[in-house]
Amino acid sequence: MCGIVGIRLHSGDLMHRLGELVAPMLEVLASRGPDSTGLAIYSHDLTGEPVGSLRYSVWAPTPYYDWDAFGQRLRTELGVSVTAYPWGRDAVLVAGGVPDVVLAALGRIDPSVRVFGWGTAIALLKDVGPASDVCERYGVRAMSGYQAIGHTRMATESAVTVEHSHPFAVASDLALVHNGSFSNYASVRRDLVGDGVRFDTDNDSEVAARFVAARLGEGADLRDALRGAMKAFDGFFTLLVATADSMAIVRDSFACKPMVVAETSDYVAVASEYVALAHLPGIEKADVFEPMPEEVYMWTS
Amino acid sequence: MDLVTEVELSCASLSVRELNAALRELPAGTLVHIRDPGGNHNLAVALARHLEITIDGNAGYFVGGLCDGPDVTVEGFVGWSVGENLMSGSVRVRGNASECAGASAHGGLIVIEGDASSRAGISLKGGTIAVAGDVGHMSGFMAQAGTILVGGDAGGAVGDSLYEAVIYVGGHVTSLGSDAKVEELTAADVDRVRQLVESAGFSHVSPEDVTKVVSAKSLYHFDALKDQKY
Repeated sequence: MCGIVGIRLHSGDLMHRLGELVAPMLEVLASRGPDSTGLAIYSHDLTGEPVGSLRYSVWAPTPYYDWDAFGQRLRTELGVSVTAYPWGRDAVLVAGGVPDVVLAALGRIDPSVRVFGWGTAIALLKDVGPASDVCERYGVRAMSGYQAIGHTRMATESAVTVEHSHPFAVASDLALVHNGSFSNYASVRRDLVGDGVRFDTDNDSEVAARFVAARLGEGADLRDALRGAMKAFDGFFTLLVATADSMAIVRDSFACKPMVVAETSDYVAVASEYVALAHLPGIEKADVFEPMPEEVYMWTS
Repeated sequence: MDLVTEVELSCASLSVRELNAALRELPAGTLVHIRDPGGNHNLAVALARHLEITIDGNAGYFVGGLCDGPDVTVEGFVGWSVGENLMSGSVRVRGNASECAGASAHGGLIVIEGDASSRAGISLKGGTIAVAGDVGHMSGFMAQAGTILVGGDAGGAVGDSLYEAVIYVGGHVTSLGSDAKVEELTAADVDRVRQLVESAGFSHVSPEDVTKVVSAKSLYHFDALKDQKY
């Protein structure tokens, strides 16, 4: 099964309430995916650092790892400013310097550390356990921002671990969540590996994330990248993808993995089931519909 | 003299199971308002007497499914399989519907005032479905008996593997499914569509101006010697 949710705010009024809007969306869809939960939340001023600062959502196998000491080592090694902000059992590091250099250094300092997402807008959490526990652990309700996509997982094709959870955020400010199954992901993965793409897990959804990232890297816009994914992947899927300035969905040609869209003048919200949207303000006046198969729906500022 | 009573039930205070149990206790003819539907699944299902039920907002999957008698109106959107396996009575949706509207309905009338998504009327078994707007791909798939009226456009592969059900499309037919064909309208068809347009309350469909899709019957019977492959 799996549940996917997303919301993109058009109005500034709701931005300080993003967390309290999105947490119940995930919690309701825990019925579709109770084993793991993840959320990518987009905000320009998450940590109070200047807008445009690069941040890295980091995770270590040991909960409540000593991120200050880790940040200190990163600072010493690269000679850039680093600040660690604890978040749930993990942390967000704000660091100067070039992402590729910082990402390489993070792995050198402690190979067990994982970066679940990075960019100037994204903060990304994933954890095993039902949405209510995870939202509580990371204080999701208190968070603000302008966009979020999330996932509740019922694993069908790879292990239940934090690393196998969604969203997959494999390029700057790019996050992908997936409900469904790909039947040819090994072939797509082989092609990507042949092109030099590296993978963190054996998860099928990571292949979709890497595919979209590769197309964006080649200069495609998000709409074309998702059209490409729709053609390249065989199976039953609904994909929800976010970048710093857009949110988009695409469904395969059978369209048997559900998705509901609700649009108001204040926001666009999407979810596997409407029941996850029922608490949103003004939803009774929203335009609510099911998106068509094979069509990319994209919302951009 | 029968007394018509009016009842208000709320999903804010009742679970779906409690709500359906409460509906089953009501005497025939009762007017029921279901408040705060909150997108719940399985609202007003398996009710076997006539009730006038209004659901006060957007609802989830299987609304009005398995019913044999009530008239259900949803003041909003519904999820998958509205009126699934309906026996008699009606379900009217003021908004859009997700996939499989009226799946396997044996009788009764399902009206969607907005658009319906893919596979509307899949495996229809005698019920009637009227959609004011468009329907998605594979609508009427394997429909065995009954009538589907589409006021707007029909998505790809409409009427795939049809049996005896008939599909009328007011707008554009994107493509016909396997073993579906377009047939000339008869006077009886026009009468049937006129009746249906009246009961659905559609003013935008001209009964003389719809495309009739029926089974071409080339797949109707299994042919063991087909292509000599068996």
